[in-house]
Amino acid sequence: MTTRLESGVRGGIGDSPVRPDGNLKVTGEFAYSSDLWMDGMLWGATLRSPHPRARITSVDLTEAVKLPGVHAVLTHEDVPGARCYGLDHRDQPVLAIDRVRYQGEAIAIVAADHPETARRACERIVVGYEVEEPVTDARRAALDPACPKVHESGNIVRHQPVRVGDASAATADVVVTGEYEVGMQDQAFLGPESGLAVPAEDGGVDLFVATQWLHVDQEQIAACLGLPAERVRLTLAGVGGAFGAREDLSMQIHACLLALRTGRPVKFVYGREESFFGHVHRHPAVLRYEHGATSDGRLVYVRAEIILDGGAYASSTPAVVGNAASLGAGPYNVPNVAIDAYGVYTNNPPCGAMRGFGAVQACFAYESQMDRLAEACGLDPVEVRIRNALSEGSTIATGQVVDMPAPLTDLLERVRAFPPPAARITGEDGRPDLLGLPGGVANTTHGEGVVRGVGYGIGIKNICYSEGFDDHSTARVRLELVGGEPAVLVHTAAAEVGQGLVTLQAQIARTELGVDRVTVAPADTAVGSAGSSSASRQSYMTGGAVRAACAAVRARVFALAGRHLAAEGRGGRVPADLALADGKVVSESEGVIATLAEILHAEAVEETREFRHRPTRPMDPLTGQGDSHTQFAFCVHRAVVDVDVELGLVKVVELAAVQDVGRILNPVALRGQILGGSAQGLGLALMEEIQVRDGVIRNPSFTDYLIPTILDMPPMRTQVLEHPDPHAPYGLRGAGEPPTLSSTPAVIAAVRAATGRSLTRVPVRPEHITGHAMDKPSDLG
Amino acid sequence: MRVTFTVNGEERVVDDVWEGESLLYVLRERCGLPGSKNACEQGECGSCTVYLDGTPVCACLVAAGQAEGGTVRTVEGLAEGHRLDPLQEAFVECGAVQCGFCTPGLIVAAHDLLARTDGVPADTEIREALAGNLCRCTGYEQIIEAVRLAAGRGAGPS
Repeated sequence: MTTRLESGVRGGIGDSPVRPDGNLKVTGEFAYSSDLWMDGMLWGATLRSPHPRARITSVDLTEAVKLPGVHAVLTHEDVPGARCYGLDHRDQPVLAIDRVRYQGEAIAIVAADHPETARRACERIVVGYEVEEPVTDARRAALDPACPKVHESGNIVRHQPVRVGDASAATADVVVTGEYEVGMQDQAFLGPESGLAVPAEDGGVDLFVATQWLHVDQEQIAACLGLPAERVRLTLAGVGGAFGAREDLSMQIHACLLALRTGRPVKFVYGREESFFGHVHRHPAVLRYEHGATSDGRLVYVRAEIILDGGAYASSTPAVVGNAASLGAGPYNVPNVAIDAYGVYTNNPPCGAMRGFGAVQACFAYESQMDRLAEACGLDPVEVRIRNALSEGSTIATGQVVDMPAPLTDLLERVRAFPPPAARITGEDGRPDLLGLPGGVANTTHGEGVVRGVGYGIGIKNICYSEGFDDHSTARVRLELVGGEPAVLVHTAAAEVGQGLVTLQAQIARTELGVDRVTVAPADTAVGSAGSSSASRQSYMTGGAVRAACAAVRARVFALAGRHLAAEGRGGRVPADLALADGKVVSESEGVIATLAEILHAEAVEETREFRHRPTRPMDPLTGQGDSHTQFAFCVHRAVVDVDVELGLVKVVELAAVQDVGRILNPVALRGQILGGSAQGLGLALMEEIQVRDGVIRNPSFTDYLIPTILDMPPMRTQVLEHPDPHAPYGLRGAGEPPTLSSTPAVIAAVRAATGRSLTRVPVRPEHITGHAMDKPSDLG
Repeated sequence: MRVTFTVNGEERVVDDVWEGESLLYVLRERCGLPGSKNACEQGECGSCTVYLDGTPVCACLVAAGQAEGGTVRTVEGLAEGHRLDPLQEAFVECGAVQCGFCTPGLIVAAHDLLARTDGVPADTEIREALAGNLCRCTGYEQIIEAVRLAAGRGAGPS
């Protein structure tokens, strides 16, 4: 039946219909949050702390208030409700109270009639600081009881051990150790934080904003405004990328406070520099690993200490620690495990969600270790992975059984089997094309000193929210006749952040209801929560909710079909094998029963459903044991690089990825996720780092924070496998994050293969490749 | 100050422009043309790329006064009525658009490349021409495919 349904409708599951927002985006008409405009609108600006740790002794607003064009200047004293917010711990002040804990912490906000006036008013605010020495060493924050406290509760946000067998007593033929470092990566979405708050007649506020989860924003904003949630209404404005950075609040409460105070709409748009201070980043990490194995490369034990720097506020640090701990052994069978993952407070920039969080940092370390193990055992790096790879029925370090397909061996063998890329791109004159060489048109080499290397990486990522979280999504689906034709309206609060969820929701409705004409309503808080567009969960969760709501609509249509048959005098018996296809109710055995136009008349059939994935459980606080995850996803990469070993420059020649997605829902959008995720992993390997010294960000701009350009990205090969997960809607597996895990270690492994150097930190720096680095990479700053 | 210039074929007179405003600000906030995007404000990302007197520029780096008497064409001025430019069509078709924030700038930059290229440009030419435009979502592969597709359909010098 399923097959026939799909063949009856175009643009359903498995197709790649064009995005409904595509034409608006290519013509410039799509309204991003930064494009919103209203008559009488004011502009907001934020005064931020230049110091990472200081006591605030005074705040003088006098000169700011006097500036013509300024309508309001607010501090923490003007926050009517809760003074603090946060995703997990409500530890972050809306506006600083008495002290600042990171450079860039918001202290005061201004509304004025021109953005420049608002900025200048901020400059006129005089803040007295008593500067203190910042806590910047995450390891010390975690392990040294004498370390000053960032918050009164202490510096450890979460410590999660994982224990299996007896890793401390285990011995092995081959032992490999390493200390690895992951720098602070930025999500670097292109559309900066922005939104428009409009005061409403009921004393509430309407907020149009780019976010990843409308309802979690609403809950936090309402609490701080001291308003009931129903008077804080949110509508999703166009989102210019997210990647985790929009999980936490940025300008939301500030804009609402100013709008309510001035009685005028207030718009905030961060500039790029402010954006680097306005959202959380990927946790930098230091990871110490020791693996023991038999001489033929089979893992006996792993011991690991993972320290994740959460910066000044908790954000999603607890979940990041949970991922790093539970997935810290990688996609491998290991009989003895002792992992300790810590997430800590420091006075560094706050860190939280970024694509693949927790799992990305661990993946770089355990994959680097697997390469060391391969070398120590004299094995091929793919072979050592295959010997230890999880498969369906395996148990991961938390004791959770992988009760879904886990075709890791197949993934690894396929990526290894791709043909190698051409030796070198040559121009018409037969000489190497500079664009294909490290250094590019900087003309630093014509091939001399350039060595090729190949490397592999594979990762494991949990999909959906874990550890007992009540993860759910809501969808409302309405079927009615519009102009005599059946039409479907899908309404959810799910955030389209670029990934193509609006396209997918319509595809699901077409497949489930056999109707071509499907519209996806703007996402807002008038419908129940859809949860966050993160954790690769929306196809699974909101996809599952749309599917469930469609099924409920379908059941009611079948009941109406029965009534229709009876009214037509065709008897009360309704065939048991009904389906919807092509705008008709059909029966396998009896053919077309009726058209939807005949059945529905003026009646709209509307159903709302909440969808939940199977329950997960917390990790045991002492052993980490527990079925904490919903689903596992896997991607493998092969990287081929050319390295100028004299200058330390890298050109990635090709990236190849193989990923299992359970079931392909939209091939074009899926490929976009694999390519884009791989690019972010390449960036982390080679160039992306927020450089922080003494708690101060040194490169808050796109001039100095480098993300891959079109010249940095190589051609990519991708291959997708479909081994359905029996627990998931359509058998799908979340797909957005896994490629971000494995491309980083693959690229670094390739650079190691070309240079013979150990390369223990990402992003790798030229001086590490050439061997001119000082002892401690961080000394170079 | 007053700035007078032609935007997408239409003469515009804009009053009360503060001297510190960029062409990008004037287009977005004073001309009702928010298609050109502001993502870095320092000419690194290319999201604000527009034609100024036939040359692609980062509108964030052009002072509004520099556009006085000039001719500007933005992403809003590429389609003819409801008929999309072949590049715009190809971007949607190939999956070159995800969040879309970089898209207006990339389309103007690619439009300029095809306007000065006969036939389908080589991948290296596409990469070089679009090297000043950052995209965070796509990894660029589908953007290259879109440019190739549009060129193959005859977008180009006219």
